[in-house]
Amino acid sequence: MKSIILKTASNYLLPLLLLFSLFILLRGHYLPGGGFVGGLIASIAFVLHAFANGLQTTKHLLRIHPGFLMPIGLSVAFLAGISPMFLSGLPFMTGIWFPEPISVVGMIGSALFFDIGVYLVVIGISLTIIFTITESK
Amino acid sequence: MLIAILSGFLFSFFMVFVGKYMKGKLALLSALIPLGLFLYFLQFAGRISNGEIISQTYAWVPSLGVDFGLTLDGLSLIFCLMITGIGFLVFAYTAAYLKGHHYLDRFYGYLGIFMAAMLGVVLSDNVISLFTFWELTSISSFFLIGFNNNEEASRKSAVLALAITGIGGLLLFAGVVILGNVVGTYSISEMLSSKEFIANSPQYILIVALIFGAAFTKSAQFPFHFWLPGAMKAPTPVSTYLHSATMVKAGVYLLMRFTPILGSTEFWNSTLIIVGSITMLYAAIHTLFRTDLKGILAYSTISALGILVFLIGLGTEAALLAACVFILVHALYKATLFLITGIIDHETGTRDVTVLSGLRKVLFPVAIAGFLAAISNAGIPPSFGFLGKDLIYEATLHFGNSAILLTVLAIITNILLLYAGFLAGIKPFTGKLPDTFSKVHLPSFLMWTPPLILAILGILIGVFPSIIQGSLIQPAVNALGETGSAVELKLWHGFNTILALSATTIGIGLLLYFFIKPSVKIEAAIKKLEYLSPKTMIEGFGIAFGHFSKIWTTFFQNGFLRHYVSTIILFLVLVMGYTLLNNTNYVLNFSSLTQLTIYEVITVIIMIGGILYTVFSKSRLAAVAAMGVVGLTISLIFVYYSAPDLAMTQFSIDTLTVILFVLVLYRLPKYLKLSNYKSRIKDGILSITFGTLITILALEVLNEPQNSEISEFYADNAYLLAKGKNVVNVILVDFRGIDTFMEISVLTIAAIGVFGLLKLRLTTKDRAIVKDKNKI
Repeated sequence: MKSIILKTASNYLLPLLLLFSLFILLRGHYLPGGGFVGGLIASIAFVLHAFANGLQTTKHLLRIHPGFLMPIGLSVAFLAGISPMFLSGLPFMTGIWFPEPISVVGMIGSALFFDIGVYLVVIGISLTIIFTITESK
Repeated sequence: MLIAILSGFLFSFFMVFVGKYMKGKLALLSALIPLGLFLYFLQFAGRISNGEIISQTYAWVPSLGVDFGLTLDGLSLIFCLMITGIGFLVFAYTAAYLKGHHYLDRFYGYLGIFMAAMLGVVLSDNVISLFTFWELTSISSFFLIGFNNNEEASRKSAVLALAITGIGGLLLFAGVVILGNVVGTYSISEMLSSKEFIANSPQYILIVALIFGAAFTKSAQFPFHFWLPGAMKAPTPVSTYLHSATMVKAGVYLLMRFTPILGSTEFWNSTLIIVGSITMLYAAIHTLFRTDLKGILAYSTISALGILVFLIGLGTEAALLAACVFILVHALYKATLFLITGIIDHETGTRDVTVLSGLRKVLFPVAIAGFLAAISNAGIPPSFGFLGKDLIYEATLHFGNSAILLTVLAIITNILLLYAGFLAGIKPFTGKLPDTFSKVHLPSFLMWTPPLILAILGILIGVFPSIIQGSLIQPAVNALGETGSAVELKLWHGFNTILALSATTIGIGLLLYFFIKPSVKIEAAIKKLEYLSPKTMIEGFGIAFGHFSKIWTTFFQNGFLRHYVSTIILFLVLVMGYTLLNNTNYVLNFSSLTQLTIYEVITVIIMIGGILYTVFSKSRLAAVAAMGVVGLTISLIFVYYSAPDLAMTQFSIDTLTVILFVLVLYRLPKYLKLSNYKSRIKDGILSITFGTLITILALEVLNEPQNSEISEFYADNAYLLAKGKNVVNVILVDFRGIDTFMEISVLTIAAIGVFGLLKLRLTTKDRAIVKDKNKI
């Protein structure tokens, strides 16, 4: 699409939407949001950018193939799951927490890292599927 | 004993890593495993003969009553010694037979698994572990039979053997599970005490029929015998092992093992007698029409298995004794005959009995082994075979009313078996040596010593039966539930009817051998009747089944996505509609309705508009956009009913779905009118029916009494246990985190699938390979 308005807007929208998706991700434990929705919003941001500027530009911006986010995300989620086993000797997937809350995010614990894993996997999946379909001839 | 079983598996595992060093002279080292096991089991002989039963139990799945129980009694001991003893000779023989073979290590690996699985079958006390090992023997024999996997015939035989014995394995599983439910235990030794109870239970016939199915398929009883001659495509050491000592005897073992539990009923005995006698006669007659040495031996094996089943069917003490002895007799002479066949094949390159002659001049020790084995096979004194044959006649002669008929059947079978044994053991060595074989020379001693040892053993035990009388045969007969009189094996019983019968058998057999020569003509004659054989019928059934499934599959999998979707929905409509019509009393509870607000009314109107536009629009893109409108109104409804999480997710998913649709549509031709009026009506009716059903279902759910316990638990504990205020998110990442983890894994797999499908670019060469594979 060769709309100059969309092109200009998307350049500003991409960081804004990404920031928003991070915000949604981090507040998920207390208010509506979470890794899944956050991931979808981030994917929409990239897709919008790709529509306005062409797929190659977005791919260049991303540097790595979005497919790599899937194993990374799965590993993060898995590590978050097994961390209580190593750190506190608790069963798989038990939540462990830092003692003090920090501002904006609230309490930080293994559940947050699990959510981050979900976030990365969702971005990886949706971008892989959409980019692949876009490229297919 | 657990270590003993595992050692075979460990050996195979070990071969994966060091196999390549074991291909040369070191291959012989592999034989140390069965030798060690043989000595290990031999040391139990003393304790077993004192009446001791050695058992060990390891917990496996205790909650289901499945334990890894091992029992070594007289019956197991005979089989263990046969498996490891003949195994040792086969392992050693293989080192020379397949010398320098590219896949020698692989062969030893399969053989090791097979041996271990066989040991597991005969040692298991738990029927579930028995079944597991039973299936392992089928699977490992599949690899062994199909070892020469570049030949189509080998592959076919292997698949056929696996199909037949595999079906038997499933029958066994069904049988033992029902049996276990009836008795309340899976342990064989505990079942022994509830024999009466099982025999009176209504499931008795079913259990016995299922176990018969397993035993008959494994032990190649008529009409399931045809996989066994095909299994001859395997290298000779495998045939030796499978046919003399192990695989096919597993069925016989199973019948013997269950004799004290299920035996001594009319159904058990008569079925076994009928099936056994048909098999032994049918297969024995078949040996007359074969010219391939291995073919002759295969049919004579089937016949011998028939005799064993027949004897177990008679079920008297004499018959069971005869069965125990005959197992050993058969193992010794059949292994010898197979091994010498292997030598002949290896040295001369042919197994055609009409061509072979005069080989004694070049293969003298082999000729001795063949001669001794043939004598034992024929039951000529003083061989062990003579003892076995006498015991068979003894058993049939004292079997009540039908004694004469059964004895005649046994005599005819034995006459024909004598003929087969002489053909395989003596015929190739007599007569004039043709010029073509003059360069044949004696192979390495590794090849000719094993058959010689076995053949000499066959004579030695015949002369001194006391070697095995107390230590092996007596405990085995006791294990079969006969604890009456002491077993006494004697070569000479004096002049009586049995001796006369024996003499008749040998006389007629010799006449047969001298007057009927195997020829290609006779073999061709029997081929004309092939269309009547069970093998042809089963194959025909297989082909017909293949055609049917092809029609069935192409009907449902015709390649049109819309067809799939409507099939799935139609199925759901039928199943769900049926249940709903029968079990619903359609109560609409208006009292739970709250007042409609203006926002809701407007949203619903927009939604209906979107749906109508989707259905009647002339352009794909517009239809997709209208679908998006419907999705967004749904997320608005979520907002009204205070589910912001769902609304957000629905909103983003819907956006991405529209993008995806647009991307796909972009690749499609501009616009084509693909559906005609008729199919539109059809789809419309289907969708309306489905939608109505879903609506009814949703309304019915509201009528169900609600259980709020679970949601209350989550609401109460979300903050206490998981320190989160957003219950939905807490459930997703904490309480049900493993579910989420599995879901993202599944999504990843789906994404990889999409990536693979769309990025796959087949070259012409690849396409040819795929086509080829589909053909097979």
